[in-house]
Amino acid sequence: MKIGVVTFPGSLDDVDARRAAAVAGAEAVALWHGDADLHGVDAVVLPGGFSYGDYLRAGAISRFAPVMDTIIKKAGGGLPVLGICNGFQVLCESHLLPGALIKNHHRKFICKDQALRIENNRTAWTSDYDANHEITIVLKNQDGSYVADEATLDRLEGEGLVVARYLDENPNGSYRDIAGISNERGNVVGLMPHPEHCVETLTGPSTDGLGFFTSVLKAVVAS
Amino acid sequence: MSTDTVSNATSTPDVEQPWAELGLKPDEYQRIRDILDRRPTSCELAMYSVMWSEHCSYKSSKVHLKKFGDIPQETPAGKMLAGIGENAGVIDIGEGYAVTFKVESHNHPSYVEPYQGAATGVGGIVRDILAMGARPVAVMDPLRFGPLDAPDTKRVLPGIVSGVGGYGNSLGLPNIGGEVVFDSTYLGNPLVNALCVGVMRHEDLHLANATGIGNQIILYGAKTGGDGIGGVSVLASETFADGGPTKRPAVQVGDPFMEKLLIECTLELFAARIVEGIQDLGGAGLSCATSELASAGDGGMHVSLDKVPLRDASLAPEEILMSESQERMMAVVTPAGVEEFLKICAKWDVQADVIGEVTDTGLLQIDWHGERVVDVPPRTVAHDGPVYERPIARPAWQDELQADGAEKLPRATTGEELRDTLLKLIASPNLCDKSWVTDQYDRYVLGNSVLAQPEDSGMIRVDETSGLGVAVSTDCNGRFAKLDPYTGAKLALAESYRNVATTGARPAAVTDCLNFGSPEDAGVMWQFSEAIRGLVDGCIELGIPVTGGNVSFYNQTGETPILPTPVVGVLGVIDDVTRRTPIGFTAEMEGHQLYLLGETEEELSGSEWAHVIHGHLGGRPPAVDLAVEAQLADILINASRDGLIDAAHDVSDGGVAQVLVESTLRGGTGARVWAPDGLDPFLFLFAESAGRAVVAVPRTEEVRFTDMCTARRFPHTKIGVVTGESLDVQDQFEVSLTDLRETWTATLPAALG
Repeated sequence: MKIGVVTFPGSLDDVDARRAAAVAGAEAVALWHGDADLHGVDAVVLPGGFSYGDYLRAGAISRFAPVMDTIIKKAGGGLPVLGICNGFQVLCESHLLPGALIKNHHRKFICKDQALRIENNRTAWTSDYDANHEITIVLKNQDGSYVADEATLDRLEGEGLVVARYLDENPNGSYRDIAGISNERGNVVGLMPHPEHCVETLTGPSTDGLGFFTSVLKAVVAS
Repeated sequence: MSTDTVSNATSTPDVEQPWAELGLKPDEYQRIRDILDRRPTSCELAMYSVMWSEHCSYKSSKVHLKKFGDIPQETPAGKMLAGIGENAGVIDIGEGYAVTFKVESHNHPSYVEPYQGAATGVGGIVRDILAMGARPVAVMDPLRFGPLDAPDTKRVLPGIVSGVGGYGNSLGLPNIGGEVVFDSTYLGNPLVNALCVGVMRHEDLHLANATGIGNQIILYGAKTGGDGIGGVSVLASETFADGGPTKRPAVQVGDPFMEKLLIECTLELFAARIVEGIQDLGGAGLSCATSELASAGDGGMHVSLDKVPLRDASLAPEEILMSESQERMMAVVTPAGVEEFLKICAKWDVQADVIGEVTDTGLLQIDWHGERVVDVPPRTVAHDGPVYERPIARPAWQDELQADGAEKLPRATTGEELRDTLLKLIASPNLCDKSWVTDQYDRYVLGNSVLAQPEDSGMIRVDETSGLGVAVSTDCNGRFAKLDPYTGAKLALAESYRNVATTGARPAAVTDCLNFGSPEDAGVMWQFSEAIRGLVDGCIELGIPVTGGNVSFYNQTGETPILPTPVVGVLGVIDDVTRRTPIGFTAEMEGHQLYLLGETEEELSGSEWAHVIHGHLGGRPPAVDLAVEAQLADILINASRDGLIDAAHDVSDGGVAQVLVESTLRGGTGARVWAPDGLDPFLFLFAESAGRAVVAVPRTEEVRFTDMCTARRFPHTKIGVVTGESLDVQDQFEVSLTDLRETWTATLPAALG
């Protein structure tokens, strides 16, 4: 069972995502943005960071990396893909997920321990959570405000595609408190907070993030 | 304009040169003429002017800094592998690892252009650490501002914080500590100090020298632009005067994305073992890198300046030599390694160009389109700058200041008054919650942050298997330093040392950032020399060396210098980070016994209480006994290792009251405390005596813990118990944690939005 983690120029949390995959029991494989080969991985994480310095728009340049061509194609075939923070932005720019992420409403970078509710535990990345499981994981972003038109938001909610919602105060102005969404098939998930920083109590506020990585192991075995 | 070549300079000895505009004094200009036996070319003049600036040459501080050499160069953790004079100090921490760390100032640029000034301050120190061969693993930023309610603070502070965060966050470096301090003397001259820690294997240590005749000089990273020209001489080495021209063009502009690529690219170059010598380009840009590399190596270097890739093709050679464009490095590479070097740079989309080579001439020779524009002995540029024995005089007002102690001021006596005092103090800018600032910094990235602010020190795991780690704290109470610079510097050292030990790490080495007013003021030079004397004596007593640091002079507005601010960073080593001690009282600690370690004296001068309640600064700072500090550290480290304590917090600004507020709010569990017999409750809560800490001891370990203190004859007094949802000072007052939190957290958001 191999989880690939893509490194774009400016990726920052790639090492953390690989560590989290390993803690969950997977073999972590480093993937390079310029290499279209996925090296036989069973799932892919697009990690957090400021790929290409967020120049133009967050995720807008990474979306054109050779590795993304393969990922977009295989995601259509069911490959589990998790985009965290900048990875979520890349997924939206790639049109694997609807909507976009814009600058936080308070215009500041924010790093805090954030309470979330997992609202959809039927995706490849969230099956290990209970329905409406409340977790606290790290949130840190500059452009974390999820936006989409009303029709899209209604559809996401109507079809149960909102994966996670912020609890307590909305930290970045996301519409309808949305922290993460998935595609219809449930294999592609975008999440603004960082589960990869929450896999050991020594260095994170909780181990609540581990479930994303253990879930995908089961999803791969089941498929 | 035709190029001012060496032959032109020789044949036109009497040409007027703009040495004064470049910040040189008449005798310094004459000295350059004496060294060269002719007038310098305009390029040479540019190089000497930036390299002989206060910032680069340490001409006013050199004679004092030499005293750091009197400290034994061994650390309690292991050998010092590189020390003062290198880009950053390096110490052996065992298991084949070495760490490098250093703190630097970026004060003046951050006043002129807060965001970019602070951002490039972070960028500069990170490249220093990288240049030693290490992977940067954490940053911290001691910051000082004018009063929180001053209009200019609202311009300067958000920009600086956003710059520190914007740059560090984009590099993927956790920001794990630092300080945010307010004092009226920093209005118009904020302090932005930036510290970086790096980790490497011993064999990865790299030094800045250009050896091996025929080896190639490669400039890589960002292209050279017109930003930051003369930053060190124009900005860092002068005070600001009203009505002068704006100095914004002398501030550099940073691109953290480029720096992130530079870091990964450089680490891959190190791993490929093709880097013979390396230097980052910071202050004084190419002038510094070429002259320092050459003078530390075989002595000769030839550079074709026209091969330097430019962002702005119209730049003159003098400007290219002085530019402080960010995100550039210079490497020395064998001819056989060049191809692989360029290949690795291409992988990371980093531009790299061979611009010269190491020669046997003993001279630094630079050509511009085939014409020689620089021909100098490199040592004369890099190391033989002027050295000044500046006049030193103890200020006339010092005695009067010291005679005016805060101990005589009226104090709270009733429970109600003590409660009011506490609430006023915790809402004051220096003691209130700083998360408005620190929430803008990523403290989690890289996944090794074991402790981060508001803990006593930041702690980073170095090895995931063994648990080996390092802890770092930075501290300075400038008010204490003003009252007595010698004792104030020792107190800064003591506090930083104590903060590291409180988390369970053994202090090993020191870096310092010495922020002072103008060296041309004899009173300031006295403060400076006293502070150094205090640091040297303190380090000798504690057995830890100074491995590097930085001096920042000219921090004053008009005639008013800042509080003398010798910021001290102490780095400690911990064998197993899972044993670390946090500050918070958690629900699991309900019933733990609280002990105050150390003696509380009637010491209120220079305290936060005197500052906030009375707007008073006078008297003598708390006494400092470093033998006591070392004993206390030993107890804290052993208690952490043996599991005798579950929380600990050093006592400093704001006294025991502040400790109790921070520890209860951090962990979410309250405390019931009482003043020990014979101690006035006011002094118990607010005195700032040094050499103290509060610890939370599980009942099951109480006997072992007190036996250990007794055996070491160290004062330890039971002051309470962890319990409930309030801070209850018995027989005096009680405040709920909710009210404490509301008061403590409201200040910065209310002032800054």
